[in-house]
Amino acid sequence: MILRLKERVLMSEIPSETLSKTPLFDLHVSLGARMVPFAGYEMPVQYPLGVLKEHLHTRANAGLFDVSHMGQVELHGPDAAKALETLVPVDVIGIAPGKQRYALFTNDAGGILDDLMIFNTGSYLHVVVNAACKAQDIAHLRKHIGNRCEIRVRDDLALLAPQGPGAEAALKGIAVGDVPQTFMAGGRLLLAGIDCLVTRSGYTGEDGFEISVPAEQCEALAKALLGQPNVQPIGLGARDSLRLEAGLCLYGHDLDTTTTPVEATLNWAMQKVRRTGGERVGGFPGASAILGQLDNPASVKRKRVGLKPEGRAPIREGVELQDASGNKIGVVTSGGFGPTVNGPVIMGYIDTAHAAPGTKINAMLRGTPTPVTVVGMPFAPHGYKRI
Amino acid sequence: MTTRYTEDHEYIKMDGDIGTVGITSFAQDKLGDLVYVEQPKVGRKLAAKEDAAIIESVKAAAEVKAPADGEVIEVNEAIVADPSLVNSDPEGAGWFFKIRVTNAAQVAALHGEAAYKAMIA
Repeated sequence: MILRLKERVLMSEIPSETLSKTPLFDLHVSLGARMVPFAGYEMPVQYPLGVLKEHLHTRANAGLFDVSHMGQVELHGPDAAKALETLVPVDVIGIAPGKQRYALFTNDAGGILDDLMIFNTGSYLHVVVNAACKAQDIAHLRKHIGNRCEIRVRDDLALLAPQGPGAEAALKGIAVGDVPQTFMAGGRLLLAGIDCLVTRSGYTGEDGFEISVPAEQCEALAKALLGQPNVQPIGLGARDSLRLEAGLCLYGHDLDTTTTPVEATLNWAMQKVRRTGGERVGGFPGASAILGQLDNPASVKRKRVGLKPEGRAPIREGVELQDASGNKIGVVTSGGFGPTVNGPVIMGYIDTAHAAPGTKINAMLRGTPTPVTVVGMPFAPHGYKRI
Repeated sequence: MTTRYTEDHEYIKMDGDIGTVGITSFAQDKLGDLVYVEQPKVGRKLAAKEDAAIIESVKAAAEVKAPADGEVIEVNEAIVADPSLVNSDPEGAGWFFKIRVTNAAQVAALHGEAAYKAMIA
C-alpha cells in the first residue's frame, strides 16, 4: 500500500526545524493532535476524534480552530481605506464601522494574489490574510500603500475560530458584553477576562466567530472555549472538508494568479461602486481585464463550478475533466469526501460552454471516464446568521 | 494459521493455500477515517505487488496490493458498504479479500509479526 497523502494538508518540503509554532502548539500536543507542516507552521491536522467526526461535530455543535498561522495586519490613518482600494476590486471605503468584508488582492493581469478579510474597527482596518501568502502580502501593502497609511504587522496576535451552531452559546458562556449579532459584524469583547477583537465570521459555512487575541493569552482563551459544553478542538483536515462543502475557495488551489475573480465566480465580492458606471470604477491592479470580463460575460472562457459524481469514489485535485468526445475542458481544483453530504464533493474550473448546472461531463479518475454533473454550490447549506 | 506482513502494511493470513488480505492497524491509523473502498473482482489473477483494491480516506488515497501471486476467490462486501469497519477492526471484520496463493515462497519471504512490529516501531 502506498499512501498518497493529500498534499495540501499533509506534506511540505520545509524541514521541521524551520517550521513556526502557533501559541497553541503545546495545547494541541496535549490534546493528542497529529501535527503536520502547513504553510510554514506545525499545525494540528486532526485530534483523536478523527477528521470525519470533527467535521460532523462542527456542523452539529461547535468546533474550535486554531488559525493563528494566518497573518493579521492593521492599516492606520485617515487615507487607509482609500489606499487599500488601489489593491482590491472591493468597496473598502463603504465598509461601515463594526463590519467586515471579503476581498481579493489582484495582479496587473487580473489574477488573484490572495484572498483576505477586512474589518473596519471604526479607528483602523484590521486585515486577515492567508498564512502561505502573508510575507508577500505585507511586502505588497508596504510597497504600494506604505506611504499612505501606517501598516502594523500584528505578529503578537493569535486567531481562534469557534465555528458551528453552538459557537454563539460557547462565546456567551465566557463573554462580558454582547457578542456580534450578525454575519460579518464585529467589535471588541471581553472573553474569559481577555480583551479580544471578535467578528462573526469564519470559513466553514457555519455560523461562528473569529477571535483576534494577544498571543500570550491565547491558550487561556482556548481552554475557556474548550471548557464550554460541546466544544471540540478541530484540525485542518476537517477545516478543508468543511470549507469545500460550503463552496469556499482555498487560495493556491481554487484561486491563484492565473484565475480572475470573475472566473472564480466571486463577482459578489466586487461591489457596484468599483465596477463600470460606479463612482470609484477601476483603480485596482488588473482593472481592465476584470472589468472587461464583468462587462462582457461572453468573453469569460472558464469558470469555477461545483461537480457531483454518480459514484462514491472521491475525485481529487488535478483530475482532468473531459467532454463526451474526450476533449479536455477543465480540471479539478479541490475534491474530497464530504461527510455532511455523505459523498464526494468537487470544485473545478471548466470551459464556460459546459458550465451550466445539470451539464454532464467526465472526470478522468485513474484513467477512466467517470460521469460527473455540474451543480450549484454550496454542497451543504450555509448556517450564517443574517437575521 | 500464520500471518505475514508486507513492507507496504498489508497483512496476509494463511489458511492452507488461502490467504486473507487486509491492511494493518498501523496503516489504518495513518490513513485516518476510510470513506471509500473499491474491491478487485472475484476470479481476477493478481501478481505480487499488483494494485488490487483502491481505498480513500478523508485525507489520502491508497492502493492495497497483492502480497503474493494468486487468484481472488472472495471479497469482503461489508467494507464497501461501511468502510469504517477497516478502521475499527482492520485485522478482523475489516479484511479486504481472499486469494488462492500460487507462490507460497513469496508469502514465506514476507515479514513475520515480530519483524513487522520492529519495522513500524
